Amino acid sequence: MKKTFKIGGTHPKDSKLSSEIAIESFPPVPRVCISMAQHLGAPATPIVAKGDKVVVGQVIGEPAGFISGFVHSSVSGTVADVLPMADLAGNMVPHVVIDVEGDEWDPAIDRTDKIVTESSGTPEQLIAKIKAAGIVGMGGATFPTHVKLAPPKDKKAEYLILNGAECEPFVTADDRIMREKPVQIVIGARIMMRALSVEKCFIAIEENKPAAIAAMTKAAGSYVGIEVLKMKKKYPQGGEKQLIDAITSRQVPSGALPIDTGCVVQNVATALAVYEAVQKNKPLFERVMTVTGNCLQNRKNYKVRIGTPLKDILAAVGGAPVEGNMKYISGGPMMGKAIVNLDATTQKGSSCLLMLTEEETLRKPESNCIRCGKCAEACPMGLEPWLLNKLARVGDRYDDLEQNNIADCIECGCCLYTCPANIPLLDIIRVNKAEVMKIIRARQAK
Amino acid sequence: MITTIYVTVAALTVIGLLIAVVLYFVAKKFKVEEDERIDRIEAVLPGANCGGCGSAGCRDFAQRLVKAPEIGALFCPVGGNDVMKKVAEVLGQDAVEQAPKLAVVRCNGTCDNRQKTNYYDGVQSCKVKAALYTGDTGCKYGCLGCGDCVAACKFGAISMDPATGLPVVDESKCTGCGSCAATCPKGLIEMRSKGLKGRRVTVICVNKDKGAVARKACLAACIGCGKCEKVCQFGAIKVENNLAYIDWNLCKLCTKCVSECPTGAIHKFNFPAPKPVEQPVEQVENKEVLL
Repeated sequence: MKKTFKIGGTHPKDSKLSSEIAIESFPPVPRVCISMAQHLGAPATPIVAKGDKVVVGQVIGEPAGFISGFVHSSVSGTVADVLPMADLAGNMVPHVVIDVEGDEWDPAIDRTDKIVTESSGTPEQLIAKIKAAGIVGMGGATFPTHVKLAPPKDKKAEYLILNGAECEPFVTADDRIMREKPVQIVIGARIMMRALSVEKCFIAIEENKPAAIAAMTKAAGSYVGIEVLKMKKKYPQGGEKQLIDAITSRQVPSGALPIDTGCVVQNVATALAVYEAVQKNKPLFERVMTVTGNCLQNRKNYKVRIGTPLKDILAAVGGAPVEGNMKYISGGPMMGKAIVNLDATTQKGSSCLLMLTEEETLRKPESNCIRCGKCAEACPMGLEPWLLNKLARVGDRYDDLEQNNIADCIECGCCLYTCPANIPLLDIIRVNKAEVMKIIRARQAK
Repeated sequence: MITTIYVTVAALTVIGLLIAVVLYFVAKKFKVEEDERIDRIEAVLPGANCGGCGSAGCRDFAQRLVKAPEIGALFCPVGGNDVMKKVAEVLGQDAVEQAPKLAVVRCNGTCDNRQKTNYYDGVQSCKVKAALYTGDTGCKYGCLGCGDCVAACKFGAISMDPATGLPVVDESKCTGCGSCAATCPKGLIEMRSKGLKGRRVTVICVNKDKGAVARKACLAACIGCGKCEKVCQFGAIKVENNLAYIDWNLCKLCTKCVSECPTGAIHKFNFPAPKPVEQPVEQVENKEVLL
């Protein structure tokens, strides 16, 4: 039986238009701008200065806190500047700008295609190596992987879950790497199993990726304890809490962390990065990114260096596909972020550059809530979005919002997607969730 | 038939009387002693319940006034000095005068001055928009134009000007309660002193970017050149983080900075037509210098 999570969810058209297009290396660009805030938590501290020479894989940013990460140079060349630059939403974030000269790699990196199966080292050594490689969750949330792999002492991991669900429409980056590098992903999974000291690993893949399921099943076949699961197609299957529910039938309690259920969820792209870091000494400085859209003819799955300007990627696929207004999204259409600044650059979490035309994206006029309950039915966290919206619009009802578990919202957008009255439920809930979280944090600090 | 009516009326009357008697004794027994001055102060206060004083409504403010040993720190911005004088009379204290305040929108990013770089079709709320991104123009400090301040104003003093896309404060209606300033996610509304005869000189910009960046985003931006700081004889202007700020306590309204500003980011309000003003203002200045 195909597994899926128990409550809520929607079925947006999957539109995996680029799933048959092989991964292609993105050609070098003359200049990259590498953001220091590519992970959840504190932005890294730049440790290079203007005029410094760097090589591919060299550390250019050091973590500035417990939840933070290393940042490495993705190119070789000269540091042109270290300055705050606008990210894709326009917020100023420190960046290291590097003028590219040649392609000289750090000699420690193994650049051969040979697959290294055997790995050694204690869990501590493995986690230290993963930390030094700057690996973060590559599904989009960019939570530092080494923090997830080292749960608090009183909590014990039981299962490792590899997330290959890729439930977001359009995105095919994970699908492609599962087809093209299944063995490496399985080795990466085994390394993480060793780091966590767990015996069992599930690789969850949605049913709309049969080729990936076949490739991963073949690669995992020779190992005990690794099982590939075919999942039902339902959004948001790739949500950490949804995936745990789907596979183990355990629910993460409100306010708790996934580790409380004994599960650690990692993306398949993260597993590949772990393989490359541990077996090949290659830090995380490039990733696979899907460039797609209904309006785009020249769709791609690019292996792109971190820090490549989005406008260069756009130019490489032939510029804006249609005249007039366009909407560019970083990530998938459900949870991705609209890009207002194409000078912004790719990051460790950039899984997709999605292009939508004006007709595809324009919001329909909002009308009154008819209490149909579709949003409550669709919410995978069992919340009542209509009620949260109503309370939020009254104003100053943060205690009621908290009691109705607004802090549990995973911002998947199912409510907004299903609402027949086109009420911007998610937008309203998101800002009020931020307010409630602020209040909760202030209370905890006391 | 008629007897039914009699019985009903009689029964209800008896029940009513009984309950009235019970309620009378309950009210006597559980009476809460309240300072009668609270009622008198509440009668004096404007009754707008705007929260401009920092209390949850006028009655709450009246209670705070009665409890406070000194009313100096408490002020009703809506009622102003007149109301506070009456409040002080009730409490038998001396009123502390405060300069009347006014909401000033420090952004002149009109559609002409500030080109749109993208189009926003989300929820028409500045709060939501600010949480999503930096706005639909190149300036990430300026007005988002969704009118949260208009909704926050309980006195109908703010309206959006459709021509400029910016909020306009009606000086005759603004009570200086500050709820718009607290609502604006960009923090560009400032409560400033109304000034002598309503005359004020203000930097109408909050852009902290470097000159070239700010100028590219908006033609009316403060570029932090420091010319106004140099021309000001009273040390009222400070340029910090590429942004000029005029301290109204030091400003003598000479308006020299207004003509000096290369981008026209400094505005003067309620000054009579320029020519005849020049002389009297100069005299005022000299007097101040001599004193």
